[in-house]
Amino acid sequence: MSAVRAVRTVGRRRRGTVVPAPDVDEDRWIEVDGLHKVYRSRRSEPTHALSDIELFVRRGEFVSVVGPSGCGKTTLLKILAGIVPRSEGTVRVAGREVTGPLPEVGMVFQAATLLPWRTIVQNVMVPVEVQKLDTRVYRERAERLLGLVGLDGFAGKYPHELSGGMQQRAGICRALVHDPAVLLMDEPFGALDALTREHMNVELLRIWRESGQTVVFVTHSIPEAVLLSDRVVVLSPRPGRVAEIVDIDLPRPRALSVMTSHRAGAHVERIRAHFDAHAGTDS
Amino acid sequence: MKRPERSRRVRVHLTPMNLPRVDLKERPELLLVPAAFVVVMLGWEFAIPALGVDDYVLPRPSQIVDALRTQLSDPLFWGHFRVTVLESLYGFLLGVGAALVLGTVIAQVRLVERAFMPYIVAFQTVPKVALAPLFVVWFGFGMTSKVVMAAVISFFPMLVNVIEGLRSADADRVQMLTVFGASRFQVFRMVRLPSALPFVFAGLDIGIVFSILGAVVGEFIGAKEGLGYLLLQTNYNFDIAGMFAVLVVLSVLGLIAHFIIRLVHKRLVFWSEENRVLGA
Repeated sequence: MSAVRAVRTVGRRRRGTVVPAPDVDEDRWIEVDGLHKVYRSRRSEPTHALSDIELFVRRGEFVSVVGPSGCGKTTLLKILAGIVPRSEGTVRVAGREVTGPLPEVGMVFQAATLLPWRTIVQNVMVPVEVQKLDTRVYRERAERLLGLVGLDGFAGKYPHELSGGMQQRAGICRALVHDPAVLLMDEPFGALDALTREHMNVELLRIWRESGQTVVFVTHSIPEAVLLSDRVVVLSPRPGRVAEIVDIDLPRPRALSVMTSHRAGAHVERIRAHFDAHAGTDS
Repeated sequence: MKRPERSRRVRVHLTPMNLPRVDLKERPELLLVPAAFVVVMLGWEFAIPALGVDDYVLPRPSQIVDALRTQLSDPLFWGHFRVTVLESLYGFLLGVGAALVLGTVIAQVRLVERAFMPYIVAFQTVPKVALAPLFVVWFGFGMTSKVVMAAVISFFPMLVNVIEGLRSADADRVQMLTVFGASRFQVFRMVRLPSALPFVFAGLDIGIVFSILGAVVGEFIGAKEGLGYLLLQTNYNFDIAGMFAVLVVLSVLGLIAHFIIRLVHKRLVFWSEENRVLGA
Protein backbone atom coordinates (compact mmCIF):
# COMPACT_ATOMS: atom_id res chain seq x y z
CA MET A 1 0.00 0.00 0.00
CA SER A 2 2.81 2.38 0.88
CA ALA A 3 4.60 1.45 -2.33
CA VAL A 4 1.54 2.51 -4.23
CA ARG A 5 1.53 5.82 -2.42
CA ALA A 6 5.21 6.28 -3.31
CA VAL A 7 4.51 6.01 -7.04
CA ARG A 8 1.90 8.62 -6.67
CA THR A 9 3.75 11.25 -4.75
CA VAL A 10 7.21 10.80 -6.22
CA GLY A 11 5.73 10.50 -9.67
CA ARG A 12 4.25 13.95 -9.43
CA ARG A 13 7.58 15.69 -9.09
CA ARG A 14 9.24 16.24 -12.42
CA ARG A 15 8.61 15.59 -16.04
CA GLY A 16 9.48 12.11 -17.25
CA THR A 17 10.55 10.91 -13.85
CA VAL A 18 7.72 8.78 -12.62
CA VAL A 19 9.60 6.70 -10.10
CA PRO A 20 8.15 3.22 -9.85
CA ALA A 21 7.60 1.60 -6.53
CA PRO A 22 10.33 -0.98 -5.88
CA ASP A 23 8.01 -3.88 -6.46
CA VAL A 24 6.71 -2.68 -9.83
CA ASP A 25 8.13 -4.76 -12.62
CA GLU A 26 9.00 -2.40 -15.47
CA ASP A 27 8.15 -5.16 -17.94
CA ARG A 28 4.68 -5.17 -16.45
CA TRP A 29 4.11 -1.43 -16.31
CA ILE A 30 0.63 -2.20 -17.55
CA GLU A 31 -0.66 -5.55 -16.48
CA VAL A 32 -3.84 -7.08 -17.86
CA ASP A 33 -4.42 -10.66 -16.86
CA GLY A 34 -7.43 -12.90 -17.32
CA LEU A 35 -9.60 -9.93 -18.15
CA HIS A 36 -13.21 -10.56 -19.05
CA LYS A 37 -15.87 -8.01 -19.76
CA VAL A 38 -19.53 -8.89 -19.98
CA TYR A 39 -22.11 -6.16 -20.52
CA ARG A 40 -25.33 -7.10 -18.82
CA SER A 41 -28.64 -5.38 -19.23
CA ARG A 42 -32.17 -6.24 -18.17
CA ARG A 43 -33.52 -5.96 -21.66
CA SER A 44 -31.19 -8.11 -23.71
CA GLU A 45 -28.84 -11.05 -23.51
CA PRO A 46 -25.50 -10.35 -21.85
CA THR A 47 -22.81 -9.31 -24.35
CA HIS A 48 -19.37 -10.84 -23.98
CA ALA A 49 -17.15 -7.94 -25.05
CA LEU A 50 -13.71 -9.12 -23.96
CA SER A 51 -12.60 -12.64 -23.23
CA ASP A 52 -9.51 -13.70 -21.29
CA ILE A 53 -7.28 -10.81 -22.32
CA GLU A 54 -3.66 -11.11 -21.26
CA LEU A 55 -1.36 -8.21 -22.02
CA PHE A 56 1.80 -6.88 -20.43
CA VAL A 57 3.20 -3.56 -21.57
CA ARG A 58 6.79 -2.55 -20.80
CA ARG A 59 7.50 0.84 -19.39
CA GLY A 60 8.01 3.34 -22.21
CA GLU A 61 6.61 0.97 -24.79
CA PHE A 62 4.23 1.96 -27.59
CA VAL A 63 1.55 -0.66 -28.06
CA SER A 64 -1.32 -0.47 -30.51
CA VAL A 65 -4.55 -2.41 -30.36
CA VAL A 66 -6.29 -3.22 -33.63
CA GLY A 67 -9.30 -5.33 -34.37
CA PRO A 68 -12.58 -5.39 -36.26
CA SER A 69 -15.34 -2.95 -35.30
CA GLY A 70 -17.06 -3.88 -32.07
CA CYS A 71 -14.29 -6.23 -30.90
CA GLY A 72 -13.93 -4.34 -27.63
CA LYS A 73 -10.82 -2.23 -28.32
CA THR A 74 -12.38 0.87 -26.83
CA THR A 75 -13.82 -1.14 -23.94
CA LEU A 76 -10.32 -2.38 -23.13
CA LEU A 77 -9.03 1.18 -23.11
CA LYS A 78 -11.91 2.40 -20.94
CA ILE A 79 -11.21 -0.39 -18.45
CA LEU A 80 -7.58 0.75 -18.31
CA ALA A 81 -8.81 4.33 -17.81
CA GLY A 82 -10.96 3.16 -14.92
CA ILE A 83 -14.27 4.41 -16.29
CA VAL A 84 -15.67 1.00 -17.19
CA PRO A 85 -15.60 -1.71 -14.51
CA ARG A 86 -14.17 -5.10 -15.48
CA SER A 87 -16.11 -8.28 -14.94
CA GLU A 88 -13.15 -10.51 -14.07
CA GLY A 89 -9.37 -10.47 -13.98
CA THR A 90 -6.52 -8.23 -12.93
CA VAL A 91 -5.79 -4.77 -14.31
CA ARG A 92 -2.84 -2.79 -12.96
CA VAL A 93 -1.25 0.39 -14.12
CA ALA A 94 2.19 1.30 -12.74
CA GLY A 95 1.66 -1.16 -9.93
CA ARG A 96 -1.72 0.18 -8.96
CA GLU A 97 -4.88 -1.83 -9.17
CA VAL A 98 -7.35 0.00 -11.40
CA THR A 99 -10.59 0.53 -9.50
CA GLY A 100 -11.44 3.97 -10.84
CA PRO A 101 -9.73 6.73 -12.80
CA LEU A 102 -6.06 6.94 -11.80
CA PRO A 103 -4.07 10.17 -11.77
CA GLU A 104 -1.25 8.20 -13.43
CA VAL A 105 -3.29 7.97 -16.60
CA GLY A 106 -3.75 10.49 -19.39
CA MET A 107 -6.20 9.93 -22.19
CA VAL A 108 -6.73 11.24 -25.71
CA PHE A 109 -10.22 10.74 -27.08
CA GLN A 110 -11.72 10.13 -30.52
CA ALA A 111 -12.84 13.74 -30.65
CA ALA A 112 -10.64 16.41 -29.12
CA THR A 113 -13.39 17.09 -26.52
CA LEU A 114 -12.06 20.51 -25.61
CA LEU A 115 -14.28 22.76 -23.50
CA PRO A 116 -15.36 25.59 -25.83
CA TRP A 117 -15.55 28.16 -23.02
CA ARG A 118 -11.91 27.68 -22.06
CA THR A 119 -8.85 28.88 -23.90
CA ILE A 120 -6.45 26.29 -25.26
CA VAL A 121 -4.05 26.58 -22.34
CA GLN A 122 -6.95 26.45 -19.85
CA ASN A 123 -8.11 23.29 -21.60
CA VAL A 124 -4.66 21.77 -21.35
CA MET A 125 -4.63 22.60 -17.63
CA VAL A 126 -7.86 20.70 -16.92
CA PRO A 127 -6.15 17.61 -15.40
CA VAL A 128 -3.94 19.85 -13.25
CA GLU A 129 -6.97 21.75 -12.00
CA VAL A 130 -9.01 18.61 -11.42
CA GLN A 131 -6.20 16.89 -9.51
CA LYS A 132 -5.42 20.08 -7.61
CA LEU A 133 -1.75 20.10 -8.58
CA ASP A 134 0.45 23.17 -8.37
CA THR A 135 -0.84 25.42 -11.13
CA ARG A 136 2.29 27.55 -11.43
CA VAL A 137 4.58 24.57 -11.97
CA TYR A 138 2.35 22.87 -14.48
CA ARG A 139 1.41 26.02 -16.34
CA GLU A 140 4.98 26.17 -17.59
CA ARG A 141 4.83 22.54 -18.61
CA ALA A 142 1.53 23.16 -20.42
CA GLU A 143 3.09 25.94 -22.42
CA ARG A 144 6.16 23.86 -23.22
CA LEU A 145 3.92 21.00 -24.42
CA LEU A 146 1.96 23.40 -26.61
CA GLY A 147 5.25 24.54 -28.09
CA LEU A 148 6.23 20.93 -28.67
CA VAL A 149 3.13 20.30 -30.79
CA GLY A 150 3.49 23.59 -32.67
CA LEU A 151 0.73 25.53 -30.91
CA ASP A 152 3.00 28.24 -29.49
CA GLY A 153 0.87 31.21 -30.40
CA PHE A 154 -2.46 29.58 -29.65
CA ALA A 155 -2.46 29.28 -25.84
CA GLY A 156 -4.91 32.15 -25.44
CA LYS A 157 -7.17 31.21 -28.35
CA TYR A 158 -10.48 29.38 -28.03
CA PRO A 159 -11.02 25.90 -29.50
CA HIS A 160 -13.34 27.10 -32.28
CA GLU A 161 -10.49 29.23 -33.61
CA LEU A 162 -8.40 26.10 -34.27
CA SER A 163 -8.60 23.44 -36.97
CA GLY A 164 -9.52 19.86 -36.10
CA GLY A 165 -5.91 18.72 -36.20
CA MET A 166 -4.80 21.56 -33.95
CA GLN A 167 -7.59 20.79 -31.48
CA GLN A 168 -6.51 17.17 -31.32
CA ARG A 169 -2.93 18.29 -30.67
CA ALA A 170 -4.19 20.39 -27.76
CA GLY A 171 -6.02 17.25 -26.59
CA ILE A 172 -2.69 15.39 -26.59
CA CYS A 173 -1.08 18.17 -24.53
CA ARG A 174 -3.95 17.91 -22.04
CA ALA A 175 -3.37 14.16 -21.71
CA LEU A 176 0.33 14.73 -21.03
CA VAL A 177 0.25 17.84 -18.84
CA HIS A 178 0.13 16.04 -15.49
CA ASP A 179 2.99 13.78 -16.61
CA PRO A 180 1.02 10.54 -16.49
CA ALA A 181 2.79 7.18 -16.31
CA VAL A 182 0.55 5.90 -19.06
CA LEU A 183 -1.02 7.55 -22.09
CA LEU A 184 -4.18 5.98 -23.49
CA MET A 185 -5.25 6.97 -26.98
CA ASP A 186 -8.64 6.01 -28.40
CA GLU A 187 -8.56 6.39 -32.19
CA PRO A 188 -7.31 9.93 -31.72
CA PHE A 189 -6.81 10.66 -35.43
CA GLY A 190 -9.84 8.85 -36.79
CA ALA A 191 -11.73 12.06 -37.50
CA LEU A 192 -8.88 13.75 -39.35
CA ASP A 193 -8.28 13.73 -43.09
CA ALA A 194 -5.60 11.39 -44.43
CA LEU A 195 -2.90 14.02 -44.86
CA THR A 196 -3.39 15.58 -41.43
CA ARG A 197 -3.49 12.12 -39.98
CA GLU A 198 -0.09 11.16 -41.41
CA HIS A 199 1.32 14.43 -40.18
CA MET A 200 -0.09 13.80 -36.70
CA ASN A 201 1.42 10.31 -36.66
CA VAL A 202 4.86 11.76 -37.21
CA GLU A 203 4.18 14.44 -34.59
CA LEU A 204 3.05 11.82 -32.09
CA LEU A 205 6.24 9.80 -32.59
CA ARG A 206 8.25 12.92 -31.91
CA ILE A 207 6.26 13.83 -28.78
CA TRP A 208 6.49 10.25 -27.54
CA ARG A 209 10.27 10.24 -28.08
CA GLU A 210 10.58 13.36 -25.95
CA SER A 211 8.10 12.55 -23.20
CA GLY A 212 8.82 8.83 -22.93
CA GLN A 213 5.32 7.84 -21.87
CA THR A 214 3.99 4.32 -22.06
CA VAL A 215 1.33 4.40 -24.75
CA VAL A 216 -1.65 2.20 -25.51
CA PHE A 217 -3.05 3.28 -28.84
CA VAL A 218 -6.36 2.01 -30.24
CA THR A 219 -6.83 2.36 -33.99
CA HIS A 220 -8.75 1.10 -37.00
CA SER A 221 -5.82 1.61 -39.30
CA ILE A 222 -3.30 -1.20 -39.61
CA PRO A 223 -0.59 0.91 -41.32
CA GLU A 224 -0.94 3.52 -38.58
CA ALA A 225 -0.46 0.83 -35.93
CA VAL A 226 2.62 -0.53 -37.71
CA LEU A 227 4.14 2.91 -38.17
CA LEU A 228 3.78 3.88 -34.52
CA SER A 229 4.15 0.79 -32.42
CA ASP A 230 6.68 -1.47 -30.83
CA ARG A 231 4.04 -4.16 -30.71
CA VAL A 232 0.59 -4.49 -32.25
CA VAL A 233 -2.08 -6.41 -30.37
CA VAL A 234 -4.59 -7.95 -32.76
CA LEU A 235 -8.00 -8.63 -31.25
CA SER A 236 -10.45 -11.15 -32.70
CA PRO A 237 -14.09 -10.27 -33.39
CA ARG A 238 -16.45 -10.24 -30.41
CA PRO A 239 -15.83 -11.52 -27.87
CA GLY A 240 -12.45 -9.85 -28.23
CA ARG A 241 -9.51 -12.18 -27.57
CA VAL A 242 -5.86 -11.59 -28.26
CA ALA A 243 -5.47 -13.23 -31.67
CA GLU A 244 -1.81 -12.34 -32.04
CA ILE A 245 0.77 -9.89 -30.77
CA VAL A 246 3.01 -8.75 -33.60
CA ASP A 247 6.48 -7.36 -32.84
CA ILE A 248 7.22 -4.42 -35.10
CA ASP A 249 10.98 -4.55 -35.51
CA LEU A 250 11.33 -1.44 -37.65
CA PRO A 251 14.24 0.80 -36.64
CA ARG A 252 13.53 4.02 -34.74
CA PRO A 253 13.24 6.93 -35.13
CA ARG A 254 10.75 6.26 -37.87
CA ALA A 255 9.54 8.51 -40.66
CA LEU A 256 6.57 7.99 -42.97
CA SER A 257 8.91 6.55 -45.56
CA VAL A 258 9.42 3.51 -43.37
CA MET A 259 6.02 2.32 -44.52
CA THR A 260 7.25 1.75 -48.06
CA SER A 261 9.81 -0.75 -46.81
CA HIS A 262 9.33 -4.41 -47.44
CA ARG A 263 9.43 -5.23 -43.76
CA ALA A 264 6.65 -2.78 -42.89
CA GLY A 265 4.57 -4.18 -45.74
CA ALA A 266 5.06 -7.69 -44.39
CA HIS A 267 3.84 -6.61 -40.96
CA VAL A 268 0.78 -4.96 -42.44
CA GLU A 269 0.01 -8.09 -44.47
CA ARG A 270 0.45 -10.33 -41.48
CA ILE A 271 -1.96 -8.28 -39.37
CA ARG A 272 -4.42 -7.88 -42.19
CA ALA A 273 -4.55 -11.64 -42.68
CA HIS A 274 -6.46 -11.80 -39.39
CA PHE A 275 -9.23 -9.70 -40.82
CA ASP A 276 -9.54 -11.25 -44.25
CA ALA A 277 -12.01 -13.81 -42.98
CA HIS A 278 -14.27 -11.11 -41.58
CA ALA A 279 -14.37 -7.65 -43.10
CA GLY A 280 -14.70 -4.75 -40.70
CA THR A 281 -11.59 -2.59 -40.77
CA ASP A 282 -10.76 0.27 -43.05
CA SER A 283 -7.56 0.53 -45.07
CA MET B 1 -22.76 39.18 -62.42
CA LYS B 2 -19.74 37.63 -60.76
CA ARG B 3 -19.75 38.18 -57.08
CA PRO B 4 -16.78 37.73 -54.83
CA GLU B 5 -17.16 34.74 -52.56
CA ARG B 6 -16.64 36.60 -49.32
CA SER B 7 -19.62 38.89 -49.84
CA ARG B 8 -21.81 35.91 -49.04
CA ARG B 9 -21.08 36.45 -45.40
CA VAL B 10 -22.67 39.20 -43.42
CA ARG B 11 -20.05 41.77 -42.77
CA VAL B 12 -20.51 43.99 -39.77
CA HIS B 13 -17.47 45.90 -38.67
CA LEU B 14 -17.77 47.22 -35.18
CA THR B 15 -14.59 48.89 -34.11
CA PRO B 16 -14.27 52.19 -32.33
CA MET B 17 -12.87 53.73 -35.50
CA ASN B 18 -15.51 52.26 -37.66
CA LEU B 19 -19.27 52.67 -37.38
CA PRO B 20 -21.26 49.53 -38.12
CA ARG B 21 -21.04 48.96 -41.81
CA VAL B 22 -23.67 46.60 -43.07
CA ASP B 23 -24.01 45.09 -46.48
CA LEU B 24 -27.61 45.90 -47.45
CA LYS B 25 -27.56 43.52 -50.37
CA GLU B 26 -26.93 40.66 -48.01
CA ARG B 27 -29.39 41.75 -45.37
CA PRO B 28 -32.27 43.45 -47.15
CA GLU B 29 -34.41 43.19 -44.01
CA LEU B 30 -32.48 46.09 -42.54
CA LEU B 31 -34.19 48.26 -45.11
CA LEU B 32 -37.40 46.27 -45.54
CA VAL B 33 -38.44 46.23 -41.89
CA PRO B 34 -38.48 50.04 -41.47
CA ALA B 35 -40.02 50.39 -44.91
CA ALA B 36 -42.84 48.01 -44.00
CA PHE B 37 -43.42 50.00 -40.80
CA VAL B 38 -43.77 53.26 -42.72
CA VAL B 39 -46.11 51.68 -45.26
CA VAL B 40 -48.36 50.13 -42.61
CA MET B 41 -48.46 53.35 -40.58
CA LEU B 42 -49.28 55.47 -43.61
CA GLY B 43 -51.91 52.96 -44.73
CA TRP B 44 -53.42 52.98 -41.24
CA GLU B 45 -53.31 56.77 -41.05
CA PHE B 46 -55.26 57.22 -44.27
CA ALA B 47 -57.45 54.12 -44.22
CA ILE B 48 -59.20 55.15 -40.99
CA PRO B 49 -60.93 58.24 -42.44
CA ALA B 50 -61.28 56.63 -45.88
CA LEU B 51 -63.15 53.63 -44.48
CA GLY B 52 -65.24 55.83 -42.23
CA VAL B 53 -64.01 54.29 -38.97
CA ASP B 54 -64.48 56.59 -35.99
CA ASP B 55 -61.03 57.54 -34.82
CA TYR B 56 -62.02 57.45 -31.16
CA VAL B 57 -62.60 53.70 -31.65
CA LEU B 58 -59.42 53.06 -33.62
CA PRO B 59 -57.16 56.10 -33.44
CA ARG B 60 -54.80 57.06 -36.23
CA PRO B 61 -51.03 56.69 -35.65
CA SER B 62 -50.66 60.46 -35.48
CA GLN B 63 -53.20 60.59 -32.63
CA ILE B 64 -51.34 57.84 -30.80
CA VAL B 65 -48.11 59.81 -31.13
CA ASP B 66 -49.88 62.87 -29.69
CA ALA B 67 -51.26 60.81 -26.80
CA LEU B 68 -47.82 59.32 -26.20
CA ARG B 69 -46.32 62.79 -26.06
CA THR B 70 -48.92 63.92 -23.52
CA GLN B 71 -48.33 60.85 -21.39
CA LEU B 72 -44.56 61.12 -21.43
CA SER B 73 -44.66 64.73 -20.27
CA ASP B 74 -46.96 63.87 -17.36
CA PRO B 75 -45.11 63.16 -14.06
CA LEU B 76 -48.03 60.96 -12.98
CA PHE B 77 -47.31 58.68 -15.90
CA TRP B 78 -43.73 58.20 -14.79
CA GLY B 79 -45.01 57.22 -11.35
CA HIS B 80 -47.05 54.44 -12.95
CA PHE B 81 -44.11 53.52 -15.13
CA ARG B 82 -41.78 53.22 -12.16
CA VAL B 83 -44.21 50.98 -10.25
CA THR B 84 -44.63 48.52 -13.12
CA VAL B 85 -40.90 48.39 -13.83
CA LEU B 86 -40.15 47.66 -10.17
CA GLU B 87 -42.87 45.04 -9.88
CA SER B 88 -41.63 43.29 -13.01
CA LEU B 89 -38.01 43.48 -11.95
CA TYR B 90 -38.54 42.21 -8.40
CA GLY B 91 -40.87 39.50 -9.65
CA PHE B 92 -38.40 38.50 -12.32
CA LEU B 93 -35.50 38.27 -9.87
CA LEU B 94 -37.59 36.32 -7.39
CA GLY B 95 -39.03 33.87 -9.93
CA VAL B 96 -35.79 33.35 -11.80
CA GLY B 97 -33.76 33.01 -8.61
CA ALA B 98 -36.14 30.41 -7.20
CA ALA B 99 -36.10 28.53 -10.51
CA LEU B 100 -32.29 28.50 -10.55
CA VAL B 101 -32.10 26.98 -7.09
CA LEU B 102 -34.92 24.48 -7.50
CA GLY B 103 -33.87 23.57 -11.05
CA THR B 104 -30.34 22.82 -9.92
CA VAL B 105 -31.53 20.63 -7.09
CA ILE B 106 -33.94 18.77 -9.38
CA ALA B 107 -31.31 18.22 -12.04
CA GLN B 108 -28.74 16.98 -9.53
CA VAL B 109 -30.75 14.95 -7.03
CA ARG B 110 -32.68 12.01 -8.42
CA LEU B 111 -34.97 11.64 -5.43
CA VAL B 112 -36.06 15.28 -5.51
CA GLU B 113 -36.78 14.95 -9.20
CA ARG B 114 -38.82 11.80 -8.64
CA ALA B 115 -40.80 13.44 -5.83
CA PHE B 116 -41.51 16.85 -7.36
CA MET B 117 -41.46 16.52 -11.12
CA PRO B 118 -45.09 15.30 -11.46
CA TYR B 119 -46.32 18.27 -9.44
CA ILE B 120 -44.29 20.69 -11.46
CA VAL B 121 -45.58 19.27 -14.73
CA ALA B 122 -49.13 19.39 -13.38
CA PHE B 123 -48.76 22.91 -12.08
CA GLN B 124 -47.30 24.04 -15.36
CA THR B 125 -50.62 23.40 -17.07
CA VAL B 126 -52.43 25.79 -14.72
CA PRO B 127 -52.93 29.12 -16.49
CA LYS B 128 -50.89 31.23 -14.09
CA VAL B 129 -52.71 34.49 -14.86
CA ALA B 130 -55.84 32.89 -13.48
CA LEU B 131 -54.18 33.00 -10.07
CA ALA B 132 -53.98 36.81 -10.10
CA PRO B 133 -57.26 37.38 -8.18
CA LEU B 134 -56.06 34.94 -5.53
CA PHE B 135 -52.80 36.83 -5.10
CA VAL B 136 -54.66 40.11 -4.73
CA VAL B 137 -56.71 38.53 -1.94
CA TRP B 138 -53.60 37.15 -0.26
CA PHE B 139 -51.17 40.01 -0.75
CA GLY B 140 -53.40 43.06 -1.14
CA PHE B 141 -53.68 45.88 -3.63
CA GLY B 142 -50.08 47.01 -3.28
CA MET B 143 -47.03 45.99 -5.17
CA THR B 144 -46.55 42.65 -3.40
CA SER B 145 -49.36 40.83 -5.20
CA LYS B 146 -47.96 41.94 -8.58
CA VAL B 147 -44.44 40.96 -7.66
CA VAL B 148 -45.72 37.50 -6.72
CA MET B 149 -47.68 37.26 -9.97
CA ALA B 150 -44.63 38.25 -12.02
CA ALA B 151 -42.47 35.78 -10.08
CA VAL B 152 -44.85 32.85 -10.55
CA ILE B 153 -45.26 33.47 -14.25
CA SER B 154 -41.54 33.83 -14.98
CA PHE B 155 -40.64 30.89 -12.73
CA PHE B 156 -41.74 27.99 -14.94
CA PRO B 157 -40.06 28.73 -18.25
CA MET B 158 -36.86 29.39 -16.31
CA LEU B 159 -37.20 26.18 -14.29
CA VAL B 160 -37.68 24.04 -17.40
CA ASN B 161 -34.65 25.62 -19.06
CA VAL B 162 -32.40 25.25 -16.01
CA ILE B 163 -33.22 21.55 -15.69
CA GLU B 164 -32.87 20.92 -19.41
CA GLY B 165 -29.71 23.00 -19.55
CA LEU B 166 -27.95 21.19 -16.72
CA ARG B 167 -28.80 17.91 -18.43
CA SER B 168 -27.61 19.08 -21.81
CA ALA B 169 -23.94 18.61 -20.93
CA ASP B 170 -22.14 16.61 -23.58
CA ALA B 171 -21.53 13.05 -22.33
CA ASP B 172 -18.06 12.97 -23.91
CA ARG B 173 -17.01 16.08 -22.00
CA VAL B 174 -18.29 14.61 -18.75
CA GLN B 175 -16.41 11.39 -19.50
CA MET B 176 -13.25 13.32 -20.30
CA LEU B 177 -13.33 15.03 -16.92
CA THR B 178 -14.08 11.74 -15.18
CA VAL B 179 -11.05 10.08 -16.77
CA PHE B 180 -8.86 12.85 -15.38
CA GLY B 181 -10.32 12.17 -11.94
CA ALA B 182 -12.87 14.95 -11.55
CA SER B 183 -15.32 14.79 -8.66
CA ARG B 184 -19.04 15.20 -9.19
CA PHE B 185 -18.87 18.81 -8.10
CA GLN B 186 -15.95 19.51 -10.44
CA VAL B 187 -17.92 18.02 -13.33
CA PHE B 188 -20.84 20.23 -12.35
CA ARG B 189 -18.74 23.39 -12.15
CA MET B 190 -16.53 22.79 -15.17
CA VAL B 191 -18.99 21.25 -17.64
CA ARG B 192 -22.63 21.18 -16.56
CA LEU B 193 -22.90 24.79 -15.49
CA PRO B 194 -21.33 26.36 -18.60
CA SER B 195 -23.30 23.94 -20.80
CA ALA B 196 -26.51 25.14 -19.17
CA LEU B 197 -25.87 28.83 -19.84
CA PRO B 198 -27.51 29.01 -23.30
CA PHE B 199 -30.63 27.46 -21.80
CA VAL B 200 -30.50 29.73 -18.76
CA PHE B 201 -30.46 32.75 -21.03
CA ALA B 202 -33.36 31.40 -23.06
CA GLY B 203 -35.21 31.12 -19.75
CA LEU B 204 -34.22 34.64 -18.71
CA ASP B 205 -35.36 36.02 -22.04
CA ILE B 206 -38.80 34.45 -21.77
CA GLY B 207 -38.94 35.20 -18.04
CA ILE B 208 -38.34 38.94 -18.33
CA VAL B 209 -41.12 39.35 -20.89
CA PHE B 210 -43.45 37.16 -18.83
CA SER B 211 -42.75 39.10 -15.65
CA ILE B 212 -43.95 42.33 -17.29
CA LEU B 213 -47.05 40.46 -18.41
CA GLY B 214 -47.54 39.19 -14.86
CA ALA B 215 -47.21 42.65 -13.34
CA VAL B 216 -49.72 44.18 -15.77
CA VAL B 217 -52.24 41.38 -15.27
CA GLY B 218 -51.87 41.79 -11.52
CA GLU B 219 -52.58 45.48 -11.87
CA PHE B 220 -55.69 44.72 -13.93
CA ILE B 221 -57.15 42.71 -11.07
CA GLY B 222 -56.68 45.32 -8.38
CA ALA B 223 -54.22 48.17 -8.07
CA LYS B 224 -53.99 51.87 -7.46
CA GLU B 225 -50.99 52.51 -9.68
CA GLY B 226 -48.95 51.02 -12.48
CA LEU B 227 -49.20 50.87 -16.25
CA GLY B 228 -51.85 48.15 -16.08
CA TYR B 229 -53.93 50.41 -13.87
CA LEU B 230 -53.35 53.29 -16.29
CA LEU B 231 -54.45 51.06 -19.15
CA LEU B 232 -57.75 50.36 -17.39
CA GLN B 233 -58.21 54.03 -16.53
CA THR B 234 -57.74 55.19 -20.12
CA ASN B 235 -60.12 52.44 -21.13
CA TYR B 236 -62.85 53.66 -18.75
CA ASN B 237 -62.36 57.18 -20.04
CA PHE B 238 -62.67 55.90 -23.59
CA ASP B 239 -59.25 57.42 -24.28
CA ILE B 240 -58.32 54.76 -26.85
CA ALA B 241 -55.36 56.73 -28.18
CA GLY B 242 -54.08 56.93 -24.59
CA MET B 243 -54.45 53.17 -24.27
CA PHE B 244 -52.40 52.66 -27.38
CA ALA B 245 -49.77 55.01 -25.99
CA VAL B 246 -49.46 52.85 -22.85
CA LEU B 247 -49.30 49.72 -25.02
CA VAL B 248 -46.44 51.29 -26.97
CA VAL B 249 -44.61 52.02 -23.74
CA LEU B 250 -45.12 48.42 -22.54
CA SER B 251 -43.81 47.03 -25.83
CA VAL B 252 -40.75 49.24 -25.70
CA LEU B 253 -40.17 48.18 -22.11
CA GLY B 254 -40.28 44.52 -23.12
CA LEU B 255 -37.98 45.13 -26.07
CA ILE B 256 -35.38 46.92 -23.98
CA ALA B 257 -35.42 44.13 -21.38
CA HIS B 258 -35.10 41.54 -24.13
CA PHE B 259 -32.13 43.29 -25.71
CA ILE B 260 -30.33 43.72 -22.39
CA ILE B 261 -30.64 39.96 -21.78
CA ARG B 262 -29.46 39.25 -25.32
CA LEU B 263 -26.48 41.52 -24.94
CA VAL B 264 -25.36 39.83 -21.72
CA HIS B 265 -26.01 36.47 -23.37
CA LYS B 266 -23.77 37.25 -26.33
CA ARG B 267 -21.03 38.47 -24.00
CA LEU B 268 -21.16 35.55 -21.62
CA VAL B 269 -21.91 32.66 -23.95
CA PHE B 270 -19.49 33.77 -26.63
CA TRP B 271 -18.65 30.21 -27.66
CA SER B 272 -22.16 28.95 -28.34
CA GLU B 273 -22.79 27.90 -31.91
CA GLU B 274 -26.17 26.43 -31.17
CA ASN B 275 -28.73 28.33 -29.17
CA ARG B 276 -31.58 25.96 -28.67
CA VAL B 277 -34.54 27.61 -27.04
CA LEU B 278 -37.22 25.89 -25.05
CA GLY B 279 -40.62 27.54 -25.02
CA ALA B 280 -42.62 28.31 -21.93
